[in-house]
Amino acid sequence: MTRFIARSGWVSGLIVLLALLLVFTKAIQPFYGTADFGSLARAGLPFAFAVAAHTIVVIAGGIDLSAASMMALTSVTAASMMNGTSEEYALAVVPFVLFLGLVLGALNGILIVVTRVPDIVVTLAMLFVLQGAALLVLGAPGGAAAEWLKALIVGTIHVPGVPEAITAWIPKALVLLIICLTVVWVPLRLSRLDLSLYAIGSSQLAAFRSGVPVARTKILAYALGGLFGAMGGLSLTMSTGIGAPIPGPYLLASVAAVVLGGVALGGGRGGIIGPIVAVFILRLVRTDLTLLAVDPNVTAIIEGAIMVIVVMFGAFIALRSRSS
Amino acid sequence: MNQSATTTPAIPLDRRISRFMSDQPLVPLIILLIALVVVLQILRPGIVNERWVANTVRFAIPLAILAGCQTMTMLTGGIDLSIGTVATMSAFIMVTQAVLHDPAVAILIALIPAILIGLANGIGVGIFRVHPLIMTLGTSLIGTGCLLVYQRTVIASGARVPESLAWLGTGITYGFPNALLLFVPVAAAIIFTLRSTGFGRLLYAVGDNEKAARLSGVIYWKVIATLYVVSALLAGITGLLYIGLIKSPSLSLAEPLVLPSVAAAVIGGTSIFGGRGGYAGTIIGALILTILTTLLTILQMPEGARRMLFGLILLLVTAIYLRIIENR
Repeated sequence: MTRFIARSGWVSGLIVLLALLLVFTKAIQPFYGTADFGSLARAGLPFAFAVAAHTIVVIAGGIDLSAASMMALTSVTAASMMNGTSEEYALAVVPFVLFLGLVLGALNGILIVVTRVPDIVVTLAMLFVLQGAALLVLGAPGGAAAEWLKALIVGTIHVPGVPEAITAWIPKALVLLIICLTVVWVPLRLSRLDLSLYAIGSSQLAAFRSGVPVARTKILAYALGGLFGAMGGLSLTMSTGIGAPIPGPYLLASVAAVVLGGVALGGGRGGIIGPIVAVFILRLVRTDLTLLAVDPNVTAIIEGAIMVIVVMFGAFIALRSRSS
Repeated sequence: MNQSATTTPAIPLDRRISRFMSDQPLVPLIILLIALVVVLQILRPGIVNERWVANTVRFAIPLAILAGCQTMTMLTGGIDLSIGTVATMSAFIMVTQAVLHDPAVAILIALIPAILIGLANGIGVGIFRVHPLIMTLGTSLIGTGCLLVYQRTVIASGARVPESLAWLGTGITYGFPNALLLFVPVAAAIIFTLRSTGFGRLLYAVGDNEKAARLSGVIYWKVIATLYVVSALLAGITGLLYIGLIKSPSLSLAEPLVLPSVAAAVIGGTSIFGGRGGYAGTIIGALILTILTTLLTILQMPEGARRMLFGLILLLVTAIYLRIIENR
């Protein structure tokens, strides 16, 4: 346990911070209960997927500006395909949309590898392409979602043998998030492909010389990023019941959470847990500010300041430890 | 017969062309620019006239100045995403303050937040070594928040675009947009700074190899702090010019220019990893993007298809251009 804490000091710090924030929330709002926690998990879901998409790409040394557009495109595709069709049909829509995300993500990676244009420019171009495609699929917010899909993230999970008081604190949205992340991340870990991801993230040249297939790994990273993006898009459709072609404010928020979560923007360092915890910290800060009746505009200032200060602090510590 | 008679080994024509292009990276860009104009003329005969040129230049100038900020920061290996917010802030503050004060005073007031944001960026990136992407995104978030709060205090007093700025932004004299009066000195100053001053050399040095620059006695944080303040100040001035062109203040005035400004700098041949590039290419990059937008507008496609095409062309142009200049 102590070794775990020492190895992942930043993540444990974040978890402590999240716990403190929850306690603080309870203190300023004594009625903060299971329902509020559930809505926090639901609101955080698309953000969490956006952050997961970004994390995996950043670890591999890239950056994905197109993640928010990817979510918009997959969301409108799902919503327009499910519009006016049967509940069973949606069973086929979900895998199709996930596959679409995977393919489009892989396309990002392939374009980067083939054209040798910097990641940031390729994904910037893809941002326009995906956004345009989303507008072509659905010109205005609309579409529909299957009922069972919407029900997936509403309410809490029921485990036989566990008292209601505990299960009430496990919202379905959180369970869904954990399942989705595990399904992607664990096989990656087991197949040791994650090692190649970290390798090309820290030094492409060194990775290449050690026999890591750089191009293939990079495409894989972007494909998985696209898959997470599609999950994010689906979760958007699930929670709103429609699809909206205009991407949400996920770029800024996800970059912030990735860095807050201890993933180095240069690549090669960090994990998936930190950024996900950071997402919920950022959402909870927003909830707290609302509960404290702070002007929503001031909230934006405070969020920006927190982001900048935390990152400065982290960079400062890194500097100190390097020089000593 | 003839070939064997020549003493110098014959270099194939295509090799000579590609070498010439990579030695003169501006040439392929200018060719592309002309090609776009020709395509435009073919698609809509008669559109390319004096008025069209003036109009294109007028709309390309704000983008070109913002792309100049981007070029300078990208030379050091950074990026400045706060320029959109800075430009919007200074424009919005200026038009609301112009109701109460003399335009000159209003302009001075409007440039203060720009300098503050630039200073914050510079300190964060230069001293605390925060990644420029994060730092500038963060300060732009803070800036937008401050602007929203500020908007509340001036909502009753209204807004006014001073005549002088409207003249500068929209006016055309003898076929030349008045904005050139601002742009030509600014562009000349940026090009001169990058090519022939110590500061310009420092920017290239820091971006090319930071460690080597440090070891040769460059004080990193001073260079970076100056750079980001200059960048924010230029962005603020662009905001003032842009509001003279658009004339309707809003809280997201210059935001749509941020990503194109990165694109313009990249198309213009500035490396996003630092150390290579220049402003002349960026100006042509901004012109190319502006003409591209016009081209896509007259094609009368649905908005979605237009955006897709913009993205694809952006990628294509960058890829081809990188091939050409890397072909050394």
